[in-house]
Amino acid sequence: MTTLTDPPRESFRLSMLINDTRYRSLTFQAIALLVLIIAFAYLTNNLLTNLAAAGLNIAYDFLGSPAGYDINQTLVEYDSQSTHARAAVVGILNTLLVAFLACITATVFGVIAGVLRLSNNWLVSKLMAFYVEIFRNIPVLIWIIIIFTIMTAVLPGPREFRGDNPTSTMLLDLFAFTNRGIYIPAPVWGPGSMVVVATFIASVIGVIAYRRYATNLLYATGRLLPMGWPSLAIFFVPTILMFYIMGRPIGLDVPELRGFNFQGGIKVGGPLIALWFALSVYTGAFIAENVRAGIQAVSKGQTEAASALGLRPGRVMNLVVLPQALRVIIPPLISQYLNITKNSSLAIAVGYADITATLGGITLNQTGRAIECVLLLMLFYLTISLSISAIMNVYNNSVKLKER
Amino acid sequence: MSDTHAQTVAFVRETEIPEAAPPYAATGPVKWMRENLFATPANALLTVVAAYAIYLILAPTLPWILNGVWTANSLAECREILQGATGACFAVLTERWPQLLFGFKYPSELYWRPSLAFVLLFVAVAPVLFFDLPRKLLIFTGLFPFIAYYLIWGGTIFVPILALVGCLGGYAVYQRFVTGSFAAGFFGGIAAALLIWYIGGLLIPDGASENAMLTPVPSRDLGGFMLNMMLGVTCVSLSIPIGIALALGRQSSMPLIKVVCVVFIEFIRGVPLITLLFVASVMLSYFFPPESTVDLFLRVVIMITMFSAAYIAEVIRGGLAALPKGQYEAADSLGLDYPQAMRLIILPQALKISIPGIVNVAVGLFKDTVLVSVISMFDLLGMIRGPILASTEWNGVYWELLGFASLLFFVVCYGISQYSQWLERRLATDHR
Repeated sequence: MTTLTDPPRESFRLSMLINDTRYRSLTFQAIALLVLIIAFAYLTNNLLTNLAAAGLNIAYDFLGSPAGYDINQTLVEYDSQSTHARAAVVGILNTLLVAFLACITATVFGVIAGVLRLSNNWLVSKLMAFYVEIFRNIPVLIWIIIIFTIMTAVLPGPREFRGDNPTSTMLLDLFAFTNRGIYIPAPVWGPGSMVVVATFIASVIGVIAYRRYATNLLYATGRLLPMGWPSLAIFFVPTILMFYIMGRPIGLDVPELRGFNFQGGIKVGGPLIALWFALSVYTGAFIAENVRAGIQAVSKGQTEAASALGLRPGRVMNLVVLPQALRVIIPPLISQYLNITKNSSLAIAVGYADITATLGGITLNQTGRAIECVLLLMLFYLTISLSISAIMNVYNNSVKLKER
Repeated sequence: MSDTHAQTVAFVRETEIPEAAPPYAATGPVKWMRENLFATPANALLTVVAAYAIYLILAPTLPWILNGVWTANSLAECREILQGATGACFAVLTERWPQLLFGFKYPSELYWRPSLAFVLLFVAVAPVLFFDLPRKLLIFTGLFPFIAYYLIWGGTIFVPILALVGCLGGYAVYQRFVTGSFAAGFFGGIAAALLIWYIGGLLIPDGASENAMLTPVPSRDLGGFMLNMMLGVTCVSLSIPIGIALALGRQSSMPLIKVVCVVFIEFIRGVPLITLLFVASVMLSYFFPPESTVDLFLRVVIMITMFSAAYIAEVIRGGLAALPKGQYEAADSLGLDYPQAMRLIILPQALKISIPGIVNVAVGLFKDTVLVSVISMFDLLGMIRGPILASTEWNGVYWELLGFASLLFFVVCYGISQYSQWLERRLATDHR
């Protein structure tokens, strides 16, 4: 950074280690290395002494022994005889599940709130500003607990759905909101349902193919095919037709009250809902600000220029504003996704069995393997974070303005 | 045409017609509503939906708040007073007020000490936040950590005095040598401070804390919102200098320093705070010398400081990167060495750019201090979820307590962010 001209060559003296910029950085680094080694040696020595005093050692074989505890919400086979490693896998999947769900809903909330905050409607924009400020300035842990309290203390128990004149009823006769969790209908795949699913996938591919064909045609000949209703038609019509042709093979397993609780359907536990919803609304407030900043970053001249070219408002949005706004929005959006993943570790406060609650909570307490568990926990989160930031770097490079 | 009319004019206006009022619909609140609420049919629909949403929120909460009971000794008593009507039971706040603020173990006759420290905090922070105040007040800001430590923990007065003397000694040495070389002054100052602390530590008599003027309070007795404030203020103020050092280290041309800083920052930013708090609660004590007993509060402060330092370092790195290269070159061409260039040219500008980011990190950190309730420290949220909601009197008063906690955090965090916006306007020296 600084060297201007080569100083005259002279023989090496000891004082040059301090006074000569060529050697000074080497001196500093040598000192820093020394300090680092001493610090590490000191900490390792303390660690070994303490472990020896407590009669412990660092070993990971506890992962293979039976966990001995139950997990109420699992995506894979698990029982109390499974190993600690299996419990950790269950935790990892649960973390990924809630993070994935929350990312989707947070994006939806954030985009809606961010766009509406720019609305000309005074009431709506103020309401959205209120939403953003209220959720951004209160800790997410408090939101998780508030929503969990709603789930457990306010929602009715299954008993209140009973009788001829129940105090609570199921929503549309399909969904039951109880304090033990939310019961939703489960699809039942009858014979021939695969044909319907295949038709559905084929029609999704068909929509993409049609839109690509229309775009290519537009660029090649200037002929504009309608986009909206043919896409919708291709998306829905074949699947619905096939559904009836095959004799309605896909049914619904609706939850119903049997005994003391609801049976059938899919049960989504209260902790999952609380975590999912709290992370969504909390992060949604941050995403709303990102979206607003992104839209405002597109200068008004761009919109005006597009209008001057004769584009309709919808096209101005799609072809001019959004591509430029997305360049600004996406990097902070991805780091918000990262935050969701990290904040999902707060699951431990409401008893959702994510990786922090299984590996860092129950396994740690049962086996007493604090160092190993915490290290594995950190390794997992670090892997997720680094892979997401790697994806972000690839994206940033791909949308970078190509400058000369 | 003109003939007939010229003769038959019956009336010629000689004065101007008085200005008519604008049409009813183009002025005042009606115009405003037409433009801002009912501009298009879709917009009007949106207004109706929004108004309905506001009604849905306010209809149950407003009577609940207005009807609140402020004096009662238990939830059952509250219900008796309300007699079935909707109403909050704010009595829990008045009855458990000291517990919410100070935790349930802090001796009640000593509440004046943290309260005084809290008031003094504002005096100490004021000259940092507002530049127009006399600069002499900064002396008090420098003294405040020692006063606050003495007030909150009590014990022998020698400890804070020794800490202060060590800092002053270090500063004197720094001033003496910094003209020669920054490194000599900096490391000399640290060495002098450590020396004074070591010698002074031997001088303090062993039983000094027992019969001290202020009764000593152990760290594990701290709690309530006080704990959140203490963690927030301490960790933010400690992490700013560390963050600056990490940011400079990350920009450094020395590969070893750079690698160390990058690894530290990326590692800390890659893991959630809760795992770092686990480290503080179950793992960190293994790394201290066997006979030492570092209490949980200090361990948590260490981990949260590391956490926020990594985030602040990234913010400041952004500020450093945003400075035009000409500033670095100009500093070099003036013949300033690296510490001088950084202190006089680069950092003042870079820090100014990073203020919004630093404030964001500070707000986030303050909110994150509630996470310590997960490792069973009784901060505000820990008090609410633990001793208060579990007590027989107040079992079930969720909304009053959680609402109070939310309100407290909202006021502090919103206040900080408004301050940062004011500061940004204040520091804006470019012409727009």
